[in-house]
Amino acid sequence: MTNTSPAVKADQTKLQAESRNATKAQFLEFWYYFSQNKGAVIGLVIFSLLVLMALFAPLVAPHSPDFQYRDSFLVPPFWEEGGKAAFLLGTDAVGRDILSRLIFGARFSLFIGVVVVTIALVGGVVIGLVAGYMRGMTDTLIMRVMDIILAFPSLLLALVLVAILGPGLINAMIAIAIVLQPHFVRLTRAAVLSERTRDYVVAAKVAGAGHMRLMFKTILPNCLAPLIVQATLSFSNAILDAAALGFLGMGAQPPTPEWGTMLAEAREFILRAWWVVTFPGIAILVTVLAINLVGDGLRDALDPKLKRS
Amino acid sequence: MFRFLLGRLGLLIPTFFGVTLVAFSFIRMLPGDPAELLAGERGISDERRAQVLSQLGFDKPLWHQYLDYIAGIFQGDLGTSFVSKKPVLDEFLTLFPATAELALCAIIIAVCLGIPAGIFAAVKRGSIADQAIMGTALVGYSMPIFWWGLLLIILFSGTLGWTPVSGRISLMFFFPQVTGFMLIDSLLSGEKGAFLSAVRHLILPSIVLATIPMAVIARQTRSAMLEVLGEDYVRTARAKGLPPRAVVGLHALRNALIPVVTTIGLQVGVLLAGAILTETIFSWPGIGKWLVDSISRRDYFVVQGGLLLIAGIIMMVNLIVDVLYGLINPRIRHN
Amino acid sequence: MNFQKTLKASLLGVSLAVIAATGASAKNLVYCSEGSPEGFDAALYTAGTTFDASSKPIYNRLVEFKRGTTEVLPGLAESWEVSEDGLEYTFKLRQGVKFHTTSFFTPTREFNADDVLFTFERQLKKDHPWHEYTAGTAWEYFEGMSMPDLIKEIVKVDDYTVKFVLNRPEAPMIANLAMDFASIVSAEYAAQLEAAGTKDQLNQQPVGTGPFTFVGYQKDAVIRYAANADYWGGKQPVDNLIFAITPDAAVRLQKLKAGECHIMPYPAPADITDIQSDDTLTLMEQQGLNVGYLAYNTKQAPFDKPEVRKALNHAINKQAILDAVFQGSGQAAKNPIPPTMWSYNDAVEDDDYNPELAKEMLEAAGVKDLSMKIWAMPVQRPYNPNARRMAEVIQADYANIGVNVEIVSYEWGEYLSRSKDENRDGAVLLGWTGDNGDPDNFLAVLLGCDGVGGSNRAQWCNEEFDALIMKAKTVTSKEERTKLYEEAQVVFKEQAPWATIAHSVVFMPMSSKVTGYIMDPLGGHWFDGVDIAE
Repeated sequence: MTNTSPAVKADQTKLQAESRNATKAQFLEFWYYFSQNKGAVIGLVIFSLLVLMALFAPLVAPHSPDFQYRDSFLVPPFWEEGGKAAFLLGTDAVGRDILSRLIFGARFSLFIGVVVVTIALVGGVVIGLVAGYMRGMTDTLIMRVMDIILAFPSLLLALVLVAILGPGLINAMIAIAIVLQPHFVRLTRAAVLSERTRDYVVAAKVAGAGHMRLMFKTILPNCLAPLIVQATLSFSNAILDAAALGFLGMGAQPPTPEWGTMLAEAREFILRAWWVVTFPGIAILVTVLAINLVGDGLRDALDPKLKRS
Repeated sequence: MFRFLLGRLGLLIPTFFGVTLVAFSFIRMLPGDPAELLAGERGISDERRAQVLSQLGFDKPLWHQYLDYIAGIFQGDLGTSFVSKKPVLDEFLTLFPATAELALCAIIIAVCLGIPAGIFAAVKRGSIADQAIMGTALVGYSMPIFWWGLLLIILFSGTLGWTPVSGRISLMFFFPQVTGFMLIDSLLSGEKGAFLSAVRHLILPSIVLATIPMAVIARQTRSAMLEVLGEDYVRTARAKGLPPRAVVGLHALRNALIPVVTTIGLQVGVLLAGAILTETIFSWPGIGKWLVDSISRRDYFVVQGGLLLIAGIIMMVNLIVDVLYGLINPRIRHN
Repeated sequence: MNFQKTLKASLLGVSLAVIAATGASAKNLVYCSEGSPEGFDAALYTAGTTFDASSKPIYNRLVEFKRGTTEVLPGLAESWEVSEDGLEYTFKLRQGVKFHTTSFFTPTREFNADDVLFTFERQLKKDHPWHEYTAGTAWEYFEGMSMPDLIKEIVKVDDYTVKFVLNRPEAPMIANLAMDFASIVSAEYAAQLEAAGTKDQLNQQPVGTGPFTFVGYQKDAVIRYAANADYWGGKQPVDNLIFAITPDAAVRLQKLKAGECHIMPYPAPADITDIQSDDTLTLMEQQGLNVGYLAYNTKQAPFDKPEVRKALNHAINKQAILDAVFQGSGQAAKNPIPPTMWSYNDAVEDDDYNPELAKEMLEAAGVKDLSMKIWAMPVQRPYNPNARRMAEVIQADYANIGVNVEIVSYEWGEYLSRSKDENRDGAVLLGWTGDNGDPDNFLAVLLGCDGVGGSNRAQWCNEEFDALIMKAKTVTSKEERTKLYEEAQVVFKEQAPWATIAHSVVFMPMSSKVTGYIMDPLGGHWFDGVDIAE
């Protein structure tokens, strides 16, 4: 999986073909190990379904997520006494169809995961590369800042950040990304430290590659495996934390059908209308579980040390 | 060893000052202020508001406020709560035992169930039991615990009526706080039924708080055990004909537990974050709920002091784990 | 230090146990209160929870509200006179009133004018030795009611006559003096504390003239009072009054059902039906002295046109709000003052729910494709249990008539200050709870021209309306004031600066054995005259 040597420039086409083949072989190997893990495949299937559901929410959902049926406040699910077939999972306190809100809610949760992981990953990788590559004062400074962030419980820090930025979905995502980022920094830095003295890096340096090229083109691709595993982990953490913030009233604001926010709104009905409390939680659990299953599979397939255990 | 310890402590100092700076600047960035909040719909005159802010010392230049704050820390003075007018440290010390009691019970549950489950799964690798345990652990690991708490309340407090909805003990009981741990105090008080009442209040919150650490510990124990079981000395022990129980108990377990101890230490941060949600759901009068309430009340010095104290605890625990790990595993020390 | 605290706490525990043991014949009334008092000198605070535990059981005022009404009766003042120009109020004080004798204070003289002067001058005069006697507190209500600007001086005419001189006429003055901040404290006790150098004790160990004597307070747990045997209004039917502090509504109800307390405030709305079906409990209810409203910004186009505001009012389905948000514990509002208040104009007709009409009215006003913001408070208030949900219902109602709504919210302190801005974008959900039962306290504060840029969130200044309420301030005849306020409500309804939404209903569950409890329209909790049937 190492990079093809950049030294020979003569036969570029051949080289490219070779590297394409190598990538393909790598992927096949990865897929082989990944598909060995049944849980991971199930997780991937559920996750894909969730993505499809989110993409085609307007087609799948039986009702508009915001429409209030004024004659149907707190209708129980269809199998309960008093339930209506029109509202499969019942309605909430202002008569909105819970199933439709859950389907549209998938959009928000997946969106949160993607955005948070992208911000945390890109930010964390760049900072980590710089720290590991530059060493010295820069490194020390960066790592102390990361220590400071990690010294606070993540949810508490996110809570304070959202209080400063103002409650809302976007601000919640920013806060969570900041809180998750140090993990990427540490991981990248550690990988860079172990890679930078390797032969291929030294060779590239000797060949006159610049700092940017060394950091991003030479070293980074070789640190990808742990980063991918961490990214899946962060994806599920982001969804959980955003839901927790929503639950504390600091995340997405009503009437956004975000799952955590729906739970917060449902809290007062806990002993009276179990369905408004139960279903959003199941949605969160299933989504996070699917992503974690995929994450376990990725780790097994990518981490050579654990591969055959 | 001494040098190692010194080095670790040396790292803590800049982090500590960084934490003070973060706590300090955060509360100055929070929009809104407590004077406005207390006045409510009635409103407050600009003059009175300025007076309140100056009582809080907010009219001084920033660097001056910061120096005052640092000087205060070294004298054990973290300021005074705007709402209760009590010193922040006093409030923290009265509420901390509630969180500590909850967290301790949770970690005991997590360890007592997580480690045996992990060992069992590793020993029976690939069996139905292994898959069931690891499946359950992954569900626990993926659990939104605020919802889990609500679900348990619906079932045990609502439908079955077995446990109370919130609080630490039935308010029928009035007795002095000696240790701050309700389980111990209720026994000391000698009041009939007090201990039982405290247990019934504690059970659901600790289960909720234990869920994620338990899952993490079980998974970690399993993979550590698997790794160790594959090592040469275990194979040798097996080859020597030692009974499997002795192999697992004597050789494998001891070595496998090293990384697990680290994991347990790292769960302290998770527990404190979890306590914020758990305490909110169960109206548990601990520091998690205290901080959440104080953020929404803009009780500046409580937020500032509370952030610092919690960060301090996490840093101390991390240091202890580091040192313990260094003691057990000499390789780390020179790294 | 901790040991001392513990010792104190355990001593209190022992004394409680002794009282409980010897008090087989003693009648204890236990009230499961919702929170801890901030202190016992009521004038320093604004929270009802604090007043319930301090000013109401322990103290008296010059004038008192008649239980269950906002009508004013003589209290420590037997009678009063108002001068022709409305600037001088002369009070004749009651003679033979004794302050409490407690373990920490024994009075040597009876209540007189010195106590009245001390009570008010410490709040009025910045150089008074008691003006800043506890750190970090202020005379919040006294200042909030603009008393420092209003009162010119307070004169002791003789030992039993006191004269208040005002800078301008203020008709609600008498009602103001029945409020909690005007509770009369003992000047003699204060002098004793000052001599001992323990001024703070005035806020910790209170001495008053009221129906109950303070016995002890164990923080966040229990407050004890004993009936004042020498009370000028006669000894109470119960011997001891106990506040068991229980913040959780569900727990309060459990304790009430278990017989651990006799009365509880603020049940959870979801528990109301359960309480009603319980034979051992009585559920009293009363309309709260409050109003929840949606204030348009009348300085912002197109909301500067009354027709537009009126049209939007017709689009709101109040019944849906009462069902979804109040869940039965509310009542639709048509006037800016609650129905329990005198001068409430029942002849005013509400804007009915009529989306068709609303659409037509908007078209007639030339408004198309209207987009607006609705501000929703982040907190629960007595007049609005869930502002966000209310905003969502209104959002859906407005969508029905083609008006697009964006819901915005800020942190509560921010919300209050930002919503005052005259250039505020959008209509704001807010409300008000009455202080003294005077309509002026609603109409002038919330809708007067002086309040624009401040407590008048509609930024509404209407000459006709303002003239009416300003006149009502200076007239002392209640009949005349009633007429003026009734007329003002008609103007309000025509101009529609607000959509009036609801008044909440307050519930008070208690054991069926409790007799003589009367609900206070001002939201306080009084225990004088309450008895327990055996």
